[in-house]
Amino acid sequence: MSILVNKDTKVICQGITGKSGAFHARACIEYGTQVVAGVTPGRGGQTAEGVPVFDSVTEAVRETGANVSMIFVPAPFAADAVLEGVDAGLDMVACITEGIPASDMVYVMDAIEDSSSRLVGPNCPGVITPGECKMGIMPGYIHKPGKVGVVSRSGTLTYEAVWQLTERDIGQSTCIGIGGDPIIGTPFIEALELYEADPDTEAVVMIGEIGGTAEEEAADYIKNKMTKPVACFVAGQTAPPGRRMGHAGAIISGGQGTAADKIKTLQDAGAAIVESPSQFGEVVEEMLKG
Amino acid sequence: MKLHEYQSKQLFRQAGIPVPESNAVTSLDDVEEAYNKLGTDKVVVKVQAHAGGRGKAGGVKIVDNSGDAKAFAQQFLGKKLVTKQTGSEGQTVSAILLEAPSSIATEIYASIVIDRAIGLPTLIVCAEGGVEIEEVAERSPEKIIKESYDPGTGLQGYQARRIFLQLGLDKSLMNSFASLLIKLARLFVDRDCSMAEINPLVITEDNQVLALDAKITIDDNALYRQKDIAEMRDFTQEDPREVEAAKYDLSYIGLDGDIGCMVNGAGLAMATMDIVKFYGGDPANFLDVGGGATAEKVSAAFKIILTDENVKAIMVNIFGGIMQCDVIAEGVIAAVNEISLSVPLVVRLEGTNVERGRQLLEESGLPLETATSLAEAAEKAVGLAKGAA
Repeated sequence: MSILVNKDTKVICQGITGKSGAFHARACIEYGTQVVAGVTPGRGGQTAEGVPVFDSVTEAVRETGANVSMIFVPAPFAADAVLEGVDAGLDMVACITEGIPASDMVYVMDAIEDSSSRLVGPNCPGVITPGECKMGIMPGYIHKPGKVGVVSRSGTLTYEAVWQLTERDIGQSTCIGIGGDPIIGTPFIEALELYEADPDTEAVVMIGEIGGTAEEEAADYIKNKMTKPVACFVAGQTAPPGRRMGHAGAIISGGQGTAADKIKTLQDAGAAIVESPSQFGEVVEEMLKG
Repeated sequence: MKLHEYQSKQLFRQAGIPVPESNAVTSLDDVEEAYNKLGTDKVVVKVQAHAGGRGKAGGVKIVDNSGDAKAFAQQFLGKKLVTKQTGSEGQTVSAILLEAPSSIATEIYASIVIDRAIGLPTLIVCAEGGVEIEEVAERSPEKIIKESYDPGTGLQGYQARRIFLQLGLDKSLMNSFASLLIKLARLFVDRDCSMAEINPLVITEDNQVLALDAKITIDDNALYRQKDIAEMRDFTQEDPREVEAAKYDLSYIGLDGDIGCMVNGAGLAMATMDIVKFYGGDPANFLDVGGGATAEKVSAAFKIILTDENVKAIMVNIFGGIMQCDVIAEGVIAAVNEISLSVPLVVRLEGTNVERGRQLLEESGLPLETATSLAEAAEKAVGLAKGAA
């Protein structure tokens, strides 16, 4: 059944007339996603990648019945794009954009707190339910429909894990990239809750990294509430303290947020630990047998 | 982006936060005038470098004549300062700050960061100032006062007073202290800080509240809209390889090991460093080439990795999603031809058109090894580095 997106999902691409938006909208359409509208303020009435463009998300929703959006808007305008999508009543907004100032995300999260819209990201590859709906930049072909949920702060590291699963004929229910920034819309714990409630997900792969406390909060959920098995990898055991490792959220601050601490906490909570990034496939295979 | 103490104090002044009178100089010729302008009996001279522990390393002194100030400047300006926190390479002293001395009665700690767990800017205040806050947090966590605030409405007076009333200070200081915190909180939001620290925040002997030190870090993602601050960037304080990498939109961080890494994607790049360690090797660097691994970028990446003399082997790990593996292979081949590679190279590609990519690499006639799996690549790289030792 999957979570968040499926074959009936109707997708808006905010920023479709930009280079990145256009490229990825086309790739998603080729995958079979129902990309029904694009939004670029001022370009309403045009067509891009075979899809009608609107001036606003509200108009796009009214005309096409779209219920989610993927955002490819440049960083200075991305927070505004998220708020517009939420204001239009979308079920979910996935913000792909990297480089949004942290203070913008502070007010975005505050603004959307009471709404029923979900934000995924920012600085994320998006969401895919293999065989049904791809909204994001992930390569479609590495995925395969199945029963394992994947949730990750990373992009290409997720593809590495997914590919190892697919090669072993272990398919995925849904893969969510939650993003590499310090303040994000959907933390691990919320993704785990969704997978726990999804009848078609049997197990979860969780890919974390240094910085913050999201993995620890997830560990608490895994220990006390989650019934499905979880395999975890945490990147950055060799990361030096105090340095931002590519992702804005990947930083060990004041001794907090190390990979070693996260791994221990997850292990104590009962998660299966993937020790090396070449072992996702075998660990999950073992986990599914047991 | 880090700011020097004198730059942070400049921002404090603009925001109405009280700081001692001071002048910063970047040349010896300006020392005398800067000294005399202060008109005080004594002057505190402080080296300006992105480094903690400047005082203990002799980088802060009190002098009573401009000649001594000049001698101090001569000793340090443009030279490397090594402190407990810089590592043996030290940090270049870019400027000298000449400051009017302050009489210190009490030292407080105050800083602001964005608490990412709750998504709000948060004040961290402690009655024990002038020491390492992490040390205090470990031994006496109950002494740490935290107060989060809404960035739109700012820190409210009652919140600032709530903090003040826990510090055991004389009530006559309440208004000026609270006012300082409110201004700091506003500065933090207005200037897109990721960290703003005053350590120590002092109460002087004549009951003035003053920021004696100032340390500000600005959110890199916000520099596009903080142009005057962006211009304050001091490249001499940064690793030249990291500065070079940024020009090509690469993300590079130098480490201590001998296996250079080139990867697409920050998470995968960290995981690649980790797997090198897993197989008994030591990564020389973190390097994320990002989304479009063109020949130009790959060349630039190789060159930067190779400026590290410790590098004995290089491991390339690219998962080509949108990027096709044959295009990446062409980029690697062109780059290797251009730079005359001096160390063994292992290339692992996975993703779109991977077979074609691997074929291109094998047929290139270049002295490089290919690998299919991530584990194989790491094992090969570790073996090659050991062999070259």
